[in-house]
Amino acid sequence: MGVLFYITAAIAVFSTAMVVTRLNIMHALLYLIVSLLSVAVIFYLYGAPYMASLEIIVYAGAIMVLIIFFVMMLNLGPESSRLEKQWLKPGMWAAPAVLCVVLLGELVYLIAQNHTPVTGIKEVPPKAVGRALFGPYILAVELSAMLLMAGIVGAYHLGRQQPKTLHRFLQSKPS
Amino acid sequence: MNIHPTTAGMTLAGILFVLGLISMLIRRNMIFMLLSVEIMLNAAGLAFIVASSHWAQPDGQVMFMFILSMAAAEVSVGLALILQLYHQLKSLDSDEASRMKG
Repeated sequence: MGVLFYITAAIAVFSTAMVVTRLNIMHALLYLIVSLLSVAVIFYLYGAPYMASLEIIVYAGAIMVLIIFFVMMLNLGPESSRLEKQWLKPGMWAAPAVLCVVLLGELVYLIAQNHTPVTGIKEVPPKAVGRALFGPYILAVELSAMLLMAGIVGAYHLGRQQPKTLHRFLQSKPS
Repeated sequence: MNIHPTTAGMTLAGILFVLGLISMLIRRNMIFMLLSVEIMLNAAGLAFIVASSHWAQPDGQVMFMFILSMAAAEVSVGLALILQLYHQLKSLDSDEASRMKG
């Protein structure tokens, strides 16, 4: 196993440990994105380039942006711009940026050299994944489609702002 | 160091999973708990990918795609739940929600 794997694994473990120990949620989210990107590079190293791109698009792209929007939405108010200024200090994004640059260098190196999987690893092409996905696993694909539909409906139902209707005995109580 | 790649990948997946579990156990902020669930799901997906490349079978990658879609659905529903709890309790502390009265 090459040096590249160990560098990427060290970045993954370090950034995940930083996620666990951060107190500010935005710092933790930045480090979590770095962790997901490093796991994507590891997928590429293990001969799964399609899964690496899916990891970046869906995890680091969609899910993390959803959580960041959510966090931004929760602290609306006059102090949010002050907090924004406080969060965007260079010392805060410097470390994730350096880790991302290291990951980018690794990825460019991997793409530039003729990518051959290391010994002991057999590459699975995306074509085989697609054939398996829509062959024997077609029922599971449909089930996951239903799961996503249930997720949409559930998120809509739960996220709706219901008008606050208190019982008349409870209305004196501050909610 | 001459470690077999499968061993190395599985060890990394285990380390990431344990980190997510520790974060789940020590944190009381609900968004952090959701993030640690994401870390653990990601570690499980890494284990699937490593196993898939060990046996050169596409099944592990298919399982990773299912984990991905499940994580997306779980995050959207979880965030909606946290939003409702935040509106009810004005706090993201999970201890605040320890008494649920219907």
